[in-house]
Amino acid sequence: MTKMPKWADAVLIPLISIFLAFLLSGLVIMAIGKDPVVAIKTMVQGAFGSSNGIGYTLYYTTNFIFTGLSVAVAYHARLFNIGSEGQAALGGLGVALVCLYVPWPHWAIALPAAMIGGALFGAAWAFIPAYLQAKRGSHIVITTIMFNFIGSALIGYILLNYLKVPGSMSTESTRFGAGAHLPTFHEMLAPLGIEFNKNAPVNVSFLIALLAAVGFYFLIWRTRLGYEIRAYGQSETAAKYAGINPVRIVVIAMLISGALSGLMAINNVMGEAERLIDNAVEGAGFIGIAVALMGRNHPIGIVLAALLFGFLYQGGGELSFWESIPRELVVVIQALVIMFTGALDNMVRAPLEKLFIALNKKKEA
Amino acid sequence: MTLTKTLLGAVAALALTSGAALADPAIIFDLGGKFDKSFNEAAFNGAERWAKETGGTYRDVELQSDAQREQYLRNFAEKGFNPIVMAGFSFATALETVAADFPDTKFAIIDMVVDAPNVRSVVFNEQEGSYLAGIAAAYAAKGDTVSFVGGMDIPLISKFACGYAEGFKSVKPEGKVIVNMTGTTPAAWNDPVKGGELTRAQKSAGSEVVFAAAGGTGLGVLQTAADEGMLSIGVDSNQNYLQPGSVLTSMVKRVDNAVYDAFTQGETLETGINVMGLSNDGVGVAMDEYNAALITPEMKAAIDDATAKIIAGEIVVHDYMSDESCPAF
Amino acid sequence: MSVQSEAGRQATAAPTASSAPIDAPAIELRGISKAFGPVQANKDISITVKKGTVHGIIGENGAGKSTLMSILYGFYKADAGTIHIKGQEVQIADSQAAISAGIGMVFQHFKLVENFTVLENVILGAEDGGLLKPSLAKARTLLKQLSDEYQLSVDPDALIEDLSVGHQQRVEILKALYRQADILILDEPTGVLTPAEADHLFRILEGLKEQGKTIILITHKLREIMEITDTVSVMRRGEMTATVQTADTTPEDLAELMVGRKVLLHVEKKPATPGAQILEIENLRVVDEQGVERVKGIDLHVRAGEILGICGVAGNGQTELLEVLGGYQTGTGTIRLNGQEIDLTGKNSDGQSRRARGISHVPEDRHDEGLILNFQAWENMVFGYHHAPEYQKNRFLMDNAAIKAMTQESMTKFDVRPPNPKLEAKSFSGGNQQKIVLAREIERNPDLLLIGQPTRGVDIGAIEFIHQQIVHLRDAGKAILLVSVELDEILSLSDRIAVMFDGKIMGERLPSETNEGELGLMMAGIAEEKSREAGQ
Repeated sequence: MTKMPKWADAVLIPLISIFLAFLLSGLVIMAIGKDPVVAIKTMVQGAFGSSNGIGYTLYYTTNFIFTGLSVAVAYHARLFNIGSEGQAALGGLGVALVCLYVPWPHWAIALPAAMIGGALFGAAWAFIPAYLQAKRGSHIVITTIMFNFIGSALIGYILLNYLKVPGSMSTESTRFGAGAHLPTFHEMLAPLGIEFNKNAPVNVSFLIALLAAVGFYFLIWRTRLGYEIRAYGQSETAAKYAGINPVRIVVIAMLISGALSGLMAINNVMGEAERLIDNAVEGAGFIGIAVALMGRNHPIGIVLAALLFGFLYQGGGELSFWESIPRELVVVIQALVIMFTGALDNMVRAPLEKLFIALNKKKEA
Repeated sequence: MTLTKTLLGAVAALALTSGAALADPAIIFDLGGKFDKSFNEAAFNGAERWAKETGGTYRDVELQSDAQREQYLRNFAEKGFNPIVMAGFSFATALETVAADFPDTKFAIIDMVVDAPNVRSVVFNEQEGSYLAGIAAAYAAKGDTVSFVGGMDIPLISKFACGYAEGFKSVKPEGKVIVNMTGTTPAAWNDPVKGGELTRAQKSAGSEVVFAAAGGTGLGVLQTAADEGMLSIGVDSNQNYLQPGSVLTSMVKRVDNAVYDAFTQGETLETGINVMGLSNDGVGVAMDEYNAALITPEMKAAIDDATAKIIAGEIVVHDYMSDESCPAF
Repeated sequence: MSVQSEAGRQATAAPTASSAPIDAPAIELRGISKAFGPVQANKDISITVKKGTVHGIIGENGAGKSTLMSILYGFYKADAGTIHIKGQEVQIADSQAAISAGIGMVFQHFKLVENFTVLENVILGAEDGGLLKPSLAKARTLLKQLSDEYQLSVDPDALIEDLSVGHQQRVEILKALYRQADILILDEPTGVLTPAEADHLFRILEGLKEQGKTIILITHKLREIMEITDTVSVMRRGEMTATVQTADTTPEDLAELMVGRKVLLHVEKKPATPGAQILEIENLRVVDEQGVERVKGIDLHVRAGEILGICGVAGNGQTELLEVLGGYQTGTGTIRLNGQEIDLTGKNSDGQSRRARGISHVPEDRHDEGLILNFQAWENMVFGYHHAPEYQKNRFLMDNAAIKAMTQESMTKFDVRPPNPKLEAKSFSGGNQQKIVLAREIERNPDLLLIGQPTRGVDIGAIEFIHQQIVHLRDAGKAILLVSVELDEILSLSDRIAVMFDGKIMGERLPSETNEGELGLMMAGIAEEKSREAGQ
């Protein structure tokens, strides 16, 4: 009785949505007097045309995979965590503390420690809203968004008063030691004889992100905990009937969610900036919401959606660089994609469903 | 019809820019964007002035992400733009690596010192201009309390506050300077409502003149000061016209001049530290028809006197950033 | 074609057009078809409803009754076929058109604004103008008139939320009458009523019929059809299988028409042979989240090999009783299972530990509790038992393959159709969903089975099967606590019957020594006085 084959739901709808978004974006670009074809070309060329471009695209993608997974975990428990931004920021603090205060001999030791630091801080930041939701019924949407602000203020305060280089104006910490330097793709691929741009920020974190996506799959669909998270997310009353403790699920799901957000810091803080800077997350937490939504809360979808947004970021940056298209317009294009793939999903779905029903009927006849 | 026209125009413009000489200068604005009514916009104005006066062309780009600092620097350098100007101290880390990779390209960074043979570091003696603002405030106030509203709590802003307090106390040694910062995040640069609240609080604590060094937040300070019958002092650009009769003066910081100079010198850009202070018109207090009525002759005389002494080196205004402390607080 | 639709529009605008033949049927549907995607919900349905009669439409869930009525009320548009009201063809594009054609609808779930008064609800959407006052005044007079005429007494100024379900239903009927409906459609109207309230409703309907109104009664209860209708139409799988005079038919015939085969309406079972005391409840009290005491000190016991049926109108504490026993509601008092006390408030008071103690639970609401509708059948088949060691592959992962295999087996055993473990629970019919829950709970071989509303929303064919399974479990020496609002079910399944009213047990009866009348009175809370009167 399925109206539409699964592949159409998972692949065709997003593709059509993206196509529509770009169509509309093209009109906007035309309206400001630029050539949309050149613009799209610039974006694709800029994002995938060189190892440098790919390196930046994958760097952004890594961020979005982490935050997308973070949002999705919570979403499976029907918790709308819009605090990934703040949790990733706190994760950055955790990573920075680990990297700053221990003279790491080698990245292979520093990375696991930094991951623990980031995950712990991110999870801790998610714990408070989770506890308030589970025990006091404070709505998690409200608390997590407020915790983004608190987190941002807290990071600013700590940077300013404890981590900042004395005399420097930038609210940023000192650089991490050489032992905390994560290998970039350039360094990783050189031994294999593959030449990758040495300035591109993509680094070993990308692989960690992919591993996290695989772990996400197993957690959600293969473990008891994932089963309970999904059951709770589908029906709280049923979960209670089955003896699943709602408080426990809310707290654990949010802890995992926060930890995943916090893990993002190994990419942007440890891998790219190699120091803690203020507002290091730069909205990746919010993009994570769109990524999870578009990826249907499934790891494969999330990785693909993250790649799309990585492309939009890097391609958009190139667009504003080479075509002098204002960055506000680049944001408009990004927003159009979010709108079409997220909010206007049904606009594409309904006619497509009808089409498939008509096709099926024809086949039967 | 109009669309085709715009399109044709755009194609023409595109042809122009792509055909431009490769040694054009370039500028990268900070995350605030080039129309921030403050620092970045001042830099933009300098670039525009240069373009208009020389007929030259330049390229500019605004940042969306921190990772783009190094990326854009490299992009410009790779394509042969020279010199490349960065508006803002946040570029320091990126510049350190990129400058070494492109020894033949000249870079200029504003508000920061980066020690490299091909980098010009433009810094301003904001404390000197602020000192003058402090003197003006001391003469304008009947009592002995004035105040300061800063944007984000960073040393640069404390540098303003410190010079201001020192200037004020050079006239009224027993006076009091209330210092408030709007916040610790970049949002503090754009919170006019909170700026207004701080101003009101300072007024109730006795302040008669408020100096706002707070970007967009300062607009709220100036507005509230006008509403509450206080005097205010603007910052960066000449803001005297914003609330005529209420803005005592503006501590101007000629970021536009810094960009203009760098563009004008072109590939032969002089590297090293370029300090812009009172002596070379880098900072100052704005006098125009909007505040003429507020400037008394003895105030004017005191300001002129201090200006001369600072230029001559007889008065050394303390630079907060040299040791992160302020004797006048 | 254009002439036809023109006529239709006229009829819509003026439903009481005098040009209609006097003897025309109130409603005539001709060849109505409606498909939802591949599902043919209504197939070429024709039906004639005579004016001034009560016409029953009976059929299993999903037979297409509701779709048909939704077409009549303008919620759906038929793919084919025509609607004639009083001999005139009409186009019913929306409910507004239905109302102006003289059709009123009383839904199963009332469409009332809870914090509005009766009067406000009645005029809602039918106000005369921008100002409320004149409308309210007019409505008040009219309402009084209607109430007197049809025994529909309701306080016009009472808030809906303060009214009993039966009274709320009357408001729905008044709403329809206020809109000058002469055809009234009632969708499963007795589902939420006590027997007494249901009787009162039927008296109201009789009165309406005498006044010349036409009534369509949609139900799946054979008893109601036999009691009140003049004519009955039976639907099965989207088709109208028969329309007969009620007087000429029997419940058995109707059941056969509904299901398509012979159905046993009464459960065949041997006398019970009760064994050891399994469940003992002493002075159980339950206070809900709002601080209302729902269970007010009850004592019950169930033996092995015995079915204790608890009957009562929904909302009299049965739900909370089941919840406490199931471990997801706290209570005070003492509950012993096999002689050992059960934790009612502490950390061992949850569904997991109850299951570990040998209590299985088929909850009253399988959509909200018993199943996760978006989960596949195999995932549902371990719901609540997902910690069981046999379903674990290792410390971290569940053994999905083993669960699927087990599900496949259970589905075959319990005749779940289609027997596809990968189908989502929501894709099964009500009866098959219930079989999944039943299979899950019975297959754990519990000492005590709690079972609430075992056949709610379940088609007759499946009811028979479910009842048999319950009796089998009893015969295997298990204790069963059955909660149901269906008196028929309680009477035919239980070995002992306890009646619950207002959180208390009104009394216990043996099925052989009581009848629906007595139980109905006890359920309404008036049996105590009655019996006292009888005693004096």
